[in-house]
Amino acid sequence: MTAILIYLLGMALVMVIVAGIGIFWAIKSGQFEDLEGPAQRILMDDDDPRIPRYSDSRSNR
Amino acid sequence: MEHPGCAEKTCFHCALPVPPGAHYQVIIEDVPREMCCRGCQAVAQTIVDNGLADYYRHRTAMPGAGHEVVPEELQKLALYDHPGIQKSFVRQEGEHVKEASLILEGITCAACIWLNERHLKQLRGVLQVQVNYANHRARITWDDQVIQLSKILEEIQLLGYNAHPFSAERQENLRRQRRAKDLRRIAIAGLSAGQVMMLAVALYAGAAFGMEDSTAALLRYLSLLLTLPVVFYAALPFYQSAWHALLGRRLNMDVPVSLAVISAFAGSVWATFQGQGVVYYDAITMFSLFLLSSRLLERSAQEKSVEAAENLLKLAPAMAIRVVDDQHLPVLVLELNEGDTILAKPGESIAADAEVIEGRSTVDEALLTGESRPVPKSPGAAVIAGSINLEGPLLLRVTGVGENTVLAGIVRLLDRAVAEKPRLAQLADRVAGHFTVILLILTVLVGAAWWWVEPGRAFETVLAVLVVTCPCALSLAAPTAFAAAGSHLLRHGILLTRGHGLETLAKVNHVVFDKTGTLTYGKPVLQRTIQLAELDENRCMALAASLEKTSEHPLAQSFLVRVARPELVPVQEAQNLPGKGVSGIIGGVRYTLGSSALSGLPAAALPGELPAGSTLVWLCDERRALAVFVLSDSLRPQARELVARLKAAEVRVSMLSGDAEDAVSHVAAEAGIEAWQAALRPEDKLNALRELQRRGNVVAMVGDGINDAPVLAGADVSIAMGGGTQVARASSDIVLLTENLLDIQLALQTGHASMAVMRQNFAWAIVYNVLALPFAALGMVPPWLAAIGMSASSLVVVMNALRLR
Repeated sequence: MTAILIYLLGMALVMVIVAGIGIFWAIKSGQFEDLEGPAQRILMDDDDPRIPRYSDSRSNR
Repeated sequence: MEHPGCAEKTCFHCALPVPPGAHYQVIIEDVPREMCCRGCQAVAQTIVDNGLADYYRHRTAMPGAGHEVVPEELQKLALYDHPGIQKSFVRQEGEHVKEASLILEGITCAACIWLNERHLKQLRGVLQVQVNYANHRARITWDDQVIQLSKILEEIQLLGYNAHPFSAERQENLRRQRRAKDLRRIAIAGLSAGQVMMLAVALYAGAAFGMEDSTAALLRYLSLLLTLPVVFYAALPFYQSAWHALLGRRLNMDVPVSLAVISAFAGSVWATFQGQGVVYYDAITMFSLFLLSSRLLERSAQEKSVEAAENLLKLAPAMAIRVVDDQHLPVLVLELNEGDTILAKPGESIAADAEVIEGRSTVDEALLTGESRPVPKSPGAAVIAGSINLEGPLLLRVTGVGENTVLAGIVRLLDRAVAEKPRLAQLADRVAGHFTVILLILTVLVGAAWWWVEPGRAFETVLAVLVVTCPCALSLAAPTAFAAAGSHLLRHGILLTRGHGLETLAKVNHVVFDKTGTLTYGKPVLQRTIQLAELDENRCMALAASLEKTSEHPLAQSFLVRVARPELVPVQEAQNLPGKGVSGIIGGVRYTLGSSALSGLPAAALPGELPAGSTLVWLCDERRALAVFVLSDSLRPQARELVARLKAAEVRVSMLSGDAEDAVSHVAAEAGIEAWQAALRPEDKLNALRELQRRGNVVAMVGDGINDAPVLAGADVSIAMGGGTQVARASSDIVLLTENLLDIQLALQTGHASMAVMRQNFAWAIVYNVLALPFAALGMVPPWLAAIGMSASSLVVVMNALRLR
């Protein structure tokens, strides 16, 4: 009983640490600075067209 | 492509009408589109050539008109590659990697951001591009060996946007770091709180249904471990603030907060090692989390109003073109001196406060005043640093640089308003201070009482009392409301220069107006045109404006603002006849414009009655008078409505003027003001004002800010019309940057609204504390519930204040 408890609690602790590192990274990379833009940006369909155009070949050069 | 149903063609890029005969086409997604000018054509072509035509499908707002992309414009950008100039806004990231913070002008919708980011990322050497939608700032990282900054700026310009360096970067950095730190503390508190709560549930369940002692001990030690970062990192700001207060022999709300956190933690640790007693890790973590969150909310509400002031400072450009012996030299604005001659090209912002020497143009002072109407400028007129020159090149003589500019003056006024705490906020601080003392005494009493009745629960109850009664909501009630109201007003061009402004506004029941420059424009405005010949009104106006084009007389402006530039006709042998008027030859006919004596023709009889105090300007050709223009100082269009609205809001209105009686009675009748006094000297005005105050009125005085300074100072709250260059000198509590009279009504409303919000906040904070205290003291509130209650009450206060924005 206690062994499995220790194991699970240990796992929880590890996960908390991983989550903490994740959030710290997100803060450091500035993801909390603009809370409006990304919501708008997702509406932009900026997938590259399937047929490469002149401009695409140029930029991939 | 022709649209048969569409009468007028509009530019596909900027939506302005396409001038007849213009033929600028760009093929966008296989459809040829009409553009209005070469600038738009170039911009659209760049967009299409780079495979970014999607922009046109997704945009939700039109961009500004394409700037004429001229080579010398681009040449100036090369200066930004200079290491000395880069020092102020570029950071060295790696050996060759640099990062710059830029302001992007012309962002109108999310599609603009996408366009800029996509396009710049395609450039070789550009490593990272981030455009912030909220404040239009771009952070760009690039490899110095591959690409130069000027090339990046050029590319942005080719897209039709304008990028310039952001020099207040250091301050911005500080704010970003502080925000990041706050967020990190909240993240730590949040993560810990979640885990500790989970373990707490297990412990509560264990207490109810039985749990092995060893398991309970394990859970407690784990909770202790998870609480450590909260107590020793996340909650640090509370201890610091409390410590500073204690050093200054004061008490603030962080004193009980710190006491609660530290004593709860100490008690819990003792219980954990003893293996018996109650632990409060859940309450500690949750309390910290909620408190930190509401502080962050409060701070961002306040930073918004500071940001508004800082954005003003950013309007001033970093570069200017100095003219020395007809040579145009780009220089840093920092190097400009008073008396220098500089050139402001159309589409650029003006680098310093200056006087126009040569050229005629309109200037956009919108970012300063919130109003987008272009203001005409001719030689002798003053322009303000940061305003944008719209039409033609202007040669300017610098009159103020750096700290001496109007812009800097406005920012100083704003700073002063922020620094001065309103009386109510001061009162709230004092009350919160007393409250803390009472709270600490009460806590000791409650602790002693419980110790005597039931020692086992004394500690828990003391904790609950400390936490639940934290006067956070009380201290937040006033500042959040003021911050929100202040930024709301500034967005409408109303500048609050003193801390007490809002508070007094809410109490105002009598508004006193000055006449000249306040209810009226203070300068002659064209009232009507009387035609004396068969020539129609528009033609007469065009002729008059063309003749006045070269004149420096103040009357000239009232003609020029009425006529669009393309309608002006060329004038030969233009002559200025000082004191009389102007003359010139248009289409072979000599015209004169000025007093009736100027033409040498017999004065024609005028039909109808003319308003008192008006000036007549005659337009004549060689044989006869063509038209008479009637000019007079007229009532501002919003004056009547404002008076009506004020009356409807049960605010009394009166007018005090130094002008002659008939002129004043005329304006008063027109505006609908019944109570007026004329021919007053400044001291008479002040006496009249004092008399009103003696009768128990709270008086707001509206004046032009300079001539009325003593009267303004005598009023309970003073409002100045602060358009143009007088802003910095205005000695009033509130400045109307837009010169829109209706803003007075808006200011009064905002004053009332912010006082209402503040009253609600205070009522809520006091009721909450008074209600919660007895329950906590009687031991009916467990510490975790106390934590929720306290934070919820602060959140309610902050949210309520944000309604004002």
